[in-house]
Amino acid sequence: MSLALRVHDLGKRYRLGTQIDAYATLRDLLADAVSAAFRRRKKQHHPTDETLWALRHVSFELPQGKVLGIIGKNGAGKSTLLKILSRVTEPTEGYAEIRGRVGSLLEVGTGFHPELTGRENIYLNGAILGMRREEIDRKFDEIVAFSEIGRFLDTPVKRYSSGMYVRLAFAVAAHLEPEILVVDEVLAVGDAAFQRKCLGRMSDVAQGGRTVLFVSHNMSAILNLTEEAIVLDKGQIVFHGPTTEAVDFYLSSAMMRSGERVWQPEEVPAAAYPFRPLALRVKDARGRATDTVRSTEPVTVEVEYALDAPLRGLRVGIYLLSMRGEYAFTSFDTDDLDLFERWETRPAGRYISRCTIPADLLNGGRYLISVNASAYGVKRYFHEDNAAAFVVDATGAPGSQWAEARPGVVRPRLAWEIEVEEQ
Amino acid sequence: MPSSLSDEVVIVRPSRGWMDLNLRELWRYRELVYFLTWRNIKVRYKQTFLGAAWAILQPLLTMVVFTLFFGRLAKIPSDNVPYPIFSYAALLPWQLFSKALTDAGRSLVSSRNMITKVYFPRLAIPLSTMLSGLVDFALAFIVLLGMMVYYHVTPTAHVWTILLFLPLALITALGVGLWLSALNVLYRDVGYTLPFLTQAWMFITPIAYSSTLVPPKWRLVYALNPMAGVVNGFRWALLDTPTGPDASLAVSVAVAVVLLISGLYFFRRMERQFADRV
Repeated sequence: MSLALRVHDLGKRYRLGTQIDAYATLRDLLADAVSAAFRRRKKQHHPTDETLWALRHVSFELPQGKVLGIIGKNGAGKSTLLKILSRVTEPTEGYAEIRGRVGSLLEVGTGFHPELTGRENIYLNGAILGMRREEIDRKFDEIVAFSEIGRFLDTPVKRYSSGMYVRLAFAVAAHLEPEILVVDEVLAVGDAAFQRKCLGRMSDVAQGGRTVLFVSHNMSAILNLTEEAIVLDKGQIVFHGPTTEAVDFYLSSAMMRSGERVWQPEEVPAAAYPFRPLALRVKDARGRATDTVRSTEPVTVEVEYALDAPLRGLRVGIYLLSMRGEYAFTSFDTDDLDLFERWETRPAGRYISRCTIPADLLNGGRYLISVNASAYGVKRYFHEDNAAAFVVDATGAPGSQWAEARPGVVRPRLAWEIEVEEQ
Repeated sequence: MPSSLSDEVVIVRPSRGWMDLNLRELWRYRELVYFLTWRNIKVRYKQTFLGAAWAILQPLLTMVVFTLFFGRLAKIPSDNVPYPIFSYAALLPWQLFSKALTDAGRSLVSSRNMITKVYFPRLAIPLSTMLSGLVDFALAFIVLLGMMVYYHVTPTAHVWTILLFLPLALITALGVGLWLSALNVLYRDVGYTLPFLTQAWMFITPIAYSSTLVPPKWRLVYALNPMAGVVNGFRWALLDTPTGPDASLAVSVAVAVVLLISGLYFFRRMERQFADRV
């Protein structure tokens, strides 16, 4: 079988602080030039220039028609890899050999213009994604049908609901027929029905003999759509193999094992100010930090953080996900009305927000906790997916007299009654 | 769907130094250039209240101001042509040029969203920005025809040569636009210097005055500004002023070509940093 993709020793180095650096001014350049001239040195290196390898020593091959899953935490290098393969940015070292056209769903709706109508945006977006005009003409009706925008086709997209906008954007991208399709997290869009439709389209594409690179935090989507996957950590491939093993490796590896996540000061993005996460801990019924708890006992989850300035309307909360990536629940520390009013403004200081997940709620298995600190409708100060993980041991849970795996995220102890109607 | 592209192998690797221009790739994306041009035009006419009228009003009002102050008050000689049409014939290519320059200079930064998400030849962005200005030019040209009728100006036999001077204006605008747009990604100062640059450039171009005012020994130096060649050509072709092609036109053409080629290479060289820096 011929190769669609050959990646050899690929690496990408970013200069830290490029964000600020991007606004470098001519003044700096001129100042450097002047001082360099005086010191008679050709090149002057700033001692403060620090670099970061977002990706390093990445090599893999992908035969035509295969679907490869890419798993990794935020910042592991997934997006950088996809950006290089879709030629948005250049690698710093190594190379990639790509056979055929690469279509990227890095972000749907790229180049959409709010003033233009749905019809006009289909053509524009299609052209940006590399489609030929006759190709768009040919697929036009299919795209419109898929997007379900119907009679709004000739309405400017600025009047669309966000759902319609996303559906249209995805419809165009999904009908691009490249030899290699790069998909990143698009399934996080639209309502549940539309997501199912997108997943369906994805698996059609995969079965249609196309080569697909698929990145998602949704482990069930990865498991459903891919047979082979790589796990990235700190820019390097740490596992490459069958998807089931890769998912297991990812969820059980050191990077995911811990029931405790402690943030080092340099890990916290500047945009989080004034919120500064310190630690996220899972504790058992005896108050010990742990990564294995019993389903028959309550579990405590605590988020420790500091506020460097008073903050209004802050809510700190957790998302609990099963190992398959399904949400079990979302909960915030000011969900309760009394607490909501009591903590309307939080003064600067150190805090712990603590909650207890009651006994007899979760099913056995591995769970991931994402943490979020935001002010509703104002700003999301901090968010980290899968910051910590723990295992629930279902020994003694309702129904454990039968040695069977029970589907479902929860395993509540329900009060059953059995009535005899006739005897 | 088998396509001719499917067997093509692209190698993504770090590029070093000067790259080839890869104009074949740009040609393959010609439909994108078309769609982007079309979008620019459509959006501009949809978003503004007066829409297409702006294309005419801008040069027209500038012409009125010039006529009042430079023509009537300062009594600047206009090569025996009525001053309004004298200045308008120059404002036409000038506005095409200055608009192309300003818009192209900012085009990459304002298309940041596309550049960081999708691959396509980045040249398509400044190129389509420049091309969309041609519609304004065509609209304003209709007014010029009306003025020629009003002032009883009979077209010269060499009126067709504006079809040669127009590309000269475009080549100059694209060349400078490429330099500025790439520089603007790296240094945002460029965005602030654009209004000043176009203003200063306007004074070294014979718009309010005739280039016949320039002492003959300085004409060749003066022609280092390719727009001087363009404006002289437009006036000569349309109004038969004594500014026909001579050695100074050759200087203008040479400078324009140098600007375009150096702009293309500089742009290609900087292109690889765009997604990371913009």
